[in-house]
Amino acid sequence: MTQPAETLAKQLALVIDLNVCVGCHACVTSCKQWNTSGSAGPLADLNAYGAEPSGTFFNRVQTWEAGAYPAAETIHFPKSCLHCEDPPCVPVCPTGASYKRKEDGIVLVDYDRCIGCKYCAWACPYGARELDEARQVMTKCTLCVDRIYDEKLAPEDRKPACVKACPTNARLFGDVKDPESEVSKAIRERGGYALMPEWETRPANQYLPRLVRQAQEF
Amino acid sequence: MNHADPVGITQALDAGNTVKTTTCYMCACRCGIKVHVRDGEVRYIEGNPEHPLNRGVICAKGSAGIMKQVSPARLTRPLLRKPGSERGAGAFEAISWDKAYEILAERLGRIRATDPKRFALFTGRDQMQALTGLFARQFGTPNYAAHGGFCSVNMAAGMIYSIGGSFWEFGGPDLDRAKLFVMIGTAEDHHSNPLKIAISKFKRGGGRFISINPVRTGYSAIADEWIPIRPGTDGALFMALLHVLIATDRIDHAFLKRYTNAPQLVVEDDGERLGLFAFDPAAGPPGDGRNPHNKLVWDKVGGRVLAAYPAGIADGCDPALEGRYALADGTRVVPAFQLLRERVAPCTPAWAEGITGIPAARIEALAREIGTAAFEQAFELPIPWTDAWGREHPTTVGRPVAFHAMRGLAAHSNGFQTVRALAVLMSVLGTIDAPGGFRHKAPYPRHIVPNYRAFNAPEMIKPNTPLNAAPLGFPASPEELAINPDGSPIRIDHAYSWEHPLSAHGMMHNVITNAVKGDPYRLDTLMIFMANMAWNSTMNTMAVREMLNRKDADGEYAIPFLVVCDAFQSEMVAFADLVLPDTTYLERHDVMSMLDRPISEFDGPVDSVRVPVVPPAGECRPFQEVLVELASRLKFPAFTTAEGGRKFRDYPDFVVNFEAQPGVGFLMGWRGEDGATHLRGAPNPKQWEMYEKNNCVFQYHMPENMHFMRNWNRAYLDFAKEKGWRQKNDPVQLALYSDTLQSFRLAAQGKSQGRQPPVHLRERIAAYFDPLPFWYAPLEYAATDTAAYPLNAVTQRPMAMYHAWDSQNAWLRQIHSHNTLQVNPVTAKAAGVADGAWCWVESQWGRVRCIARHSEAVEPGTVWTWNAIGKASGAWQLEPGADESRKGFLLNHLISEELPLAGETSRRISNSDPVTGQAGWYDVRVRIRPAAPDEAEESHPQIAAMPDVPGVAGRGAKVLAYFAGKRK
Repeated sequence: MTQPAETLAKQLALVIDLNVCVGCHACVTSCKQWNTSGSAGPLADLNAYGAEPSGTFFNRVQTWEAGAYPAAETIHFPKSCLHCEDPPCVPVCPTGASYKRKEDGIVLVDYDRCIGCKYCAWACPYGARELDEARQVMTKCTLCVDRIYDEKLAPEDRKPACVKACPTNARLFGDVKDPESEVSKAIRERGGYALMPEWETRPANQYLPRLVRQAQEF
Repeated sequence: MNHADPVGITQALDAGNTVKTTTCYMCACRCGIKVHVRDGEVRYIEGNPEHPLNRGVICAKGSAGIMKQVSPARLTRPLLRKPGSERGAGAFEAISWDKAYEILAERLGRIRATDPKRFALFTGRDQMQALTGLFARQFGTPNYAAHGGFCSVNMAAGMIYSIGGSFWEFGGPDLDRAKLFVMIGTAEDHHSNPLKIAISKFKRGGGRFISINPVRTGYSAIADEWIPIRPGTDGALFMALLHVLIATDRIDHAFLKRYTNAPQLVVEDDGERLGLFAFDPAAGPPGDGRNPHNKLVWDKVGGRVLAAYPAGIADGCDPALEGRYALADGTRVVPAFQLLRERVAPCTPAWAEGITGIPAARIEALAREIGTAAFEQAFELPIPWTDAWGREHPTTVGRPVAFHAMRGLAAHSNGFQTVRALAVLMSVLGTIDAPGGFRHKAPYPRHIVPNYRAFNAPEMIKPNTPLNAAPLGFPASPEELAINPDGSPIRIDHAYSWEHPLSAHGMMHNVITNAVKGDPYRLDTLMIFMANMAWNSTMNTMAVREMLNRKDADGEYAIPFLVVCDAFQSEMVAFADLVLPDTTYLERHDVMSMLDRPISEFDGPVDSVRVPVVPPAGECRPFQEVLVELASRLKFPAFTTAEGGRKFRDYPDFVVNFEAQPGVGFLMGWRGEDGATHLRGAPNPKQWEMYEKNNCVFQYHMPENMHFMRNWNRAYLDFAKEKGWRQKNDPVQLALYSDTLQSFRLAAQGKSQGRQPPVHLRERIAAYFDPLPFWYAPLEYAATDTAAYPLNAVTQRPMAMYHAWDSQNAWLRQIHSHNTLQVNPVTAKAAGVADGAWCWVESQWGRVRCIARHSEAVEPGTVWTWNAIGKASGAWQLEPGADESRKGFLLNHLISEELPLAGETSRRISNSDPVTGQAGWYDVRVRIRPAAPDEAEESHPQIAAMPDVPGVAGRGAKVLAYFAGKRK
């Protein structure tokens, strides 16, 4: 039975600044290398050296074009689990493997309980879940939960691998429920927006739009 | 419900890890990294926050270094082609290193003792030219270069001959202080993470970013404005911008008068001094590129001629930038700037519109915006400095308009003059080494012309004798060309010959063709390091593959012995007679040296090292060790003690103890016996340890008064000379007008004494060695029916693979496993090519079949694709049918390495810039048409699968599930 989502006091999330993302894919492979040898790994790569290679990546960058030449835009769009406040992937899980943490709002999968039924992937409107073909378990972004709370790491390293790697600092990380956090301020001041709000999933991750500076402005 | 604790699981797994700092080499950027190792396997590679270059960030390539380590294509044993087997068939037997060294020492020893030029060493994207160049020089062969000739030598030479420095890692845009940033052409390559960091900060700080490029991708995606331009026409845009800026007087007069050769008087009387700078006979010989002294200006105040260089502009003198004057002896002279003004006068925005496709009004507005940024947004930093003539400046003037360009400008046969035009544009705005403009990085600026002569004396090629100069350098006049008395090239690649006089990085792209033709002679042994000349690093790939296998009538290979050193089973490996398995960057010592290509910052020099983090795979040995070993066995003087013994134990020992000048070695940090002195000092036996303890990097912060205006900064010029970075402390006046180029033109016109080019090259040299920048159509167009081939075809590397030259990385290939041809929908529909359909792309030289994709982000006269994604079947241990070989393709098949010589089409000449020999990759013209419905849905051409070689790590698992160290 679907329960109304609990409103949590803390919700960790990524805020991704499309104004500076150059589509370099640093977030994609830094995520892969951290997670493949950690608690979420290994992340399998099918046909790693063959036709149509297809591996498990928690984070991918899509590239889109918008507009017509010469007013065409090229948009790089990093996408991973949005850690919804009302995640549709959680209630559909028959084993309780898919869950949302009360302490920080991170949506996780407990691989020991996952039976690979894919209900959660069908429920997710964002296509953010990745079935690991080797283990036949559902995987996804953990916000590097095994980095951000690791007290053996230096405080400045307690961030998701993608956030640390990003050369343009396009990935901000923090608590979107704390109005004074860097992410909340960025959302307020820069017009942060959620993906597909009509699905009422209340994604925690948000995006900052492109800004175009005209010649006369400076 | 209780769930597994992910934090505890990972903590337990990582409990015994070791972490070592070193330097990345997944591309040319060379970021500082921290490598985490678990049970001997790489667990995680992160950016080092203590490193000045990347400050903790890392890119997609650096983050995928683990997949390079575990590549199934790793070569692990030395290989010898099986007797009786054909070259290219890939039949090898594994041999020991002792045997490999024995073969090499015997063969190279024999060549060196007889005719050393028959050994050629060409290296790919290595950044160890201080060592490889030394090896070639000590061997006694001029036939040495790295890959710059087919990469971006136009960018290096065009700017170094104009402002004494260049983009690249030698200088760059000061985005911390710029207000307007203009990037022209593809430029995502060198210094990529620092540039990404800077662009992000710049945009967030309110700067405006304009990208001028035929394609909107990469950094252009986040530009505030994209101005599409036709490939190869950037020079016309720069000339038109100069036209508008000069016509509207938006130029920095004071800067031009004091810091450039704009006011210097050029002789207009016909004769051997025509177009050269006037001089005062009483003050000594005339100046030239080597020794630019004894120049004159016209003082408007006194109505008289005054000395200008090196004396500088005297107090009270107002040198004329315009007008025409006469010297006391009646010689007619003109300030160089007057000639520039006349040169750009006809280059109106309307003229440029017809060439570039950019509307004239947009060009005018761009010029206004650039001028406004440079002058209305100008500022002063409270940094006092003293110029080369002793004048004290209480502040430093900022000109906040910064430009950046790299390969997009360089890889055209008009690239040198295009880059010159950009350098002149930046100079008239006063942005050179100015806050907010372009800034140099030590050891730049160099002298104009740099004080490095390339080897050019054929009589000095002698058995068992080092050359009397390094093989590469910067010629300053025809007298310094590497030619024989009859005018023919000394070098196998024809670099520094009349064909391409200023080929400062050599011409690797012509080595194989010339060696097979025996033009100017045959080689015995060609050694190739880290360059895929049988695939994506060569023009005309299929023909070059045939040439590598070509035999003479007597059954001998035209190139008798090919040595390939590579870490991976590339396409080139199949063509080797001897294969030497190299290490990866995580398995060896390396230096990013001031003698080579350091990683300096604007505020001071930086060098760095690599140290081994994991042991070498199999029997792999670093190429550096191979060179030190061979140099020792062959008893090169620099590697041999006075008693005849071996001087250096190994490469690390060489790095510590070799001195290029007294106190100047490969590394500048922690010198002196106790490691207490920096930059210059005695060798320090513990230098490696000190680098290791300090993040493998040494950064020197110069005092603030040496941060800017270094072409003319007395404190800096003296300091740089003292530290061995410069041979002279003369100021470096910007060469808006290049008398060096004019000296070649005079020779071609038969006006000067001394060397003159052969008849068939005279017109060419007279045309392109113009002392002022100009735009001309890429040379290939004259040899092309441009109506039949209406489209330009260009390539670039994607950011996730830029300069990532090996291994077909399992993670990165999932981002780009195959490439498609990007075509504007209007162009595609006109040709009947549907989105996603197979099509043929044809040039006059060849054709490829590939998948087309409609894209609004490319100008309609251009088609483009990602470069070097297509692979030969079986190479890199990719499975037959892998996307790279079945769907991926190279544009190289459409590009010829030679063109008919204009005016004398029976002769062929390198498809390169006529000044520098830069390969004209981006000049090819093509047409497209749909593939027939019954054609195979695979790219064309296809290559027979390459067999596995002995010792190769071997086929990757169908499912790769990398997990460092022992399983959970």
